[in-house]
Amino acid sequence: MTAQTQGGSAGGFFAVAWAVAGRQTYKYFRNPAFLAPALFPLFFFVAFAGGLTRVGSVPGFDYAAGYTAFQFVWALLQAVSMGGAFTGFSIAGDFENGFARRLMLAASNRRGIVLGYVMASIARAAMTGTLVTVLALVIGMRISGGYDVFGLIGLVLLANIAATLFGAGVAMLMRTQQAGPVIRTPIFLVLFLAPVFVPLRLLNGWLEKIASINPFTTVLEAARGFLAGQPENVLPAFGIGAALVAVFAGWSLYALRRAEKAGG
Amino acid sequence: MGALFTQVSSLAARSILRTARQPAVMISALLFPMMFFAINANGLDAASRIPGFPADSYVDFAFAFPLVQASLFGAITAGSDLARDIESGFFDRLSLTPMRPVSLLLGMLFGVIALGLVQGVVFLTVGVLFGVDVRSGFTGMVVLVGLMIFVALGFGALGATLALRTGSVEAVESSFPLFFVLIFMSSINLPRNLIEADWFRFIATINPISYLVEGIRSLVIIGWDAQALALGFGCALGIVALALAAAGTSLRTRMAR
Repeated sequence: MTAQTQGGSAGGFFAVAWAVAGRQTYKYFRNPAFLAPALFPLFFFVAFAGGLTRVGSVPGFDYAAGYTAFQFVWALLQAVSMGGAFTGFSIAGDFENGFARRLMLAASNRRGIVLGYVMASIARAAMTGTLVTVLALVIGMRISGGYDVFGLIGLVLLANIAATLFGAGVAMLMRTQQAGPVIRTPIFLVLFLAPVFVPLRLLNGWLEKIASINPFTTVLEAARGFLAGQPENVLPAFGIGAALVAVFAGWSLYALRRAEKAGG
Repeated sequence: MGALFTQVSSLAARSILRTARQPAVMISALLFPMMFFAINANGLDAASRIPGFPADSYVDFAFAFPLVQASLFGAITAGSDLARDIESGFFDRLSLTPMRPVSLLLGMLFGVIALGLVQGVVFLTVGVLFGVDVRSGFTGMVVLVGLMIFVALGFGALGATLALRTGSVEAVESSFPLFFVLIFMSSINLPRNLIEADWFRFIATINPISYLVEGIRSLVIIGWDAQALALGFGCALGIVALALAAAGTSLRTRMAR
């Protein structure tokens, strides 16, 4: 089985990826419950942007695009990251119901399976990201970043891919839907142990210390900078995003090999 | 009456033991509300600098959050347990015995009250250790736990209603976001007079959770505020009465099937 992970033509790799992505995307959009993972980010966004607007007038809060935009970036990153986590749940489900075993037997290049899940997750993230963005525009968010917004989209994409690869790795290692909390909890913690409500310089105490060393903080601040048209920490943010993708790609391939050894 | 008491106490003990024997449930019920509290209280500490903010520290202000959230977890746990009893056929087998079905409902609700009591005491202890200053003193803490028990009972009865109507663990678990929305769309994060968006302030004003939160919060940051407490207890009792009536109706409907 391992030979199929390491070998296989590039054509086989992409054919498997397309097939898996097509199935996953179809499954996602066919199920009326597909919007469920988008509900939490939407709801957090509405609750924080609507209920905490006055926090934007705290002395020292100087985010140019306003509090709604400040919260939007976090909600968007949360939506796409949790989208990645939900793809992990889906993979775990595939292992539990036996589909993954059949998939691994049929795939000419099994690394394509991982790419397929990532592609499906990107399609899913595009949907939930669009929902969050439309809602933000409806409730009056201003976008002052112009073309810088593409930088924000790039970071959002990296966050989604990294979260998906992490979730895929856990799902393929555990191969049961009980992997849910193991996938969800670290992502949730990384998202919340960051400057969610106010910029980093307005945090204090233990949260400020943790947020300072949380790599997600750099990504979040750079993404907020793009939306406000004041890019900051661009290289470190993309560097962190790319590094997370590389590390979790290795992690998911390791988990795939473990799943192969276990016979799917 | 004596038979009903025996039945209820047996099922209450079963409900409590079942929760206590699930470490994941206990940990979630105790850890997650405290984790959210710690993150929110620190993350929003700057909000205490908003002119007109009613407390010196956001930690004190936010202390109502874990207490209300814990009741929500309790409701979902209790509802899921009851739904599991329906799914597994325990409820049907029980209906073939002389035991009255209402005993199952009451027993489960006593389990919810017990969990609410444990949560209230644990959170107050941890809160005080971490510097929460309860202005109303020890008596206020007792009243606070009492109010929390009513809140837990109200949410628990709502969870039971969902379980009895759907008979599905998945359906009860899926209601979690709905409860969560209710908590966040209230004055949980800022006092209503400091909520800038009119539409949000309107929702927070008609949301009964705001009054539960403000009742609990008044004991921590003000001391004894008769109006806040009357509204808090009034809303809690109203929710309890409505939710128990709904649960009773759902129980009768399920028994008739």
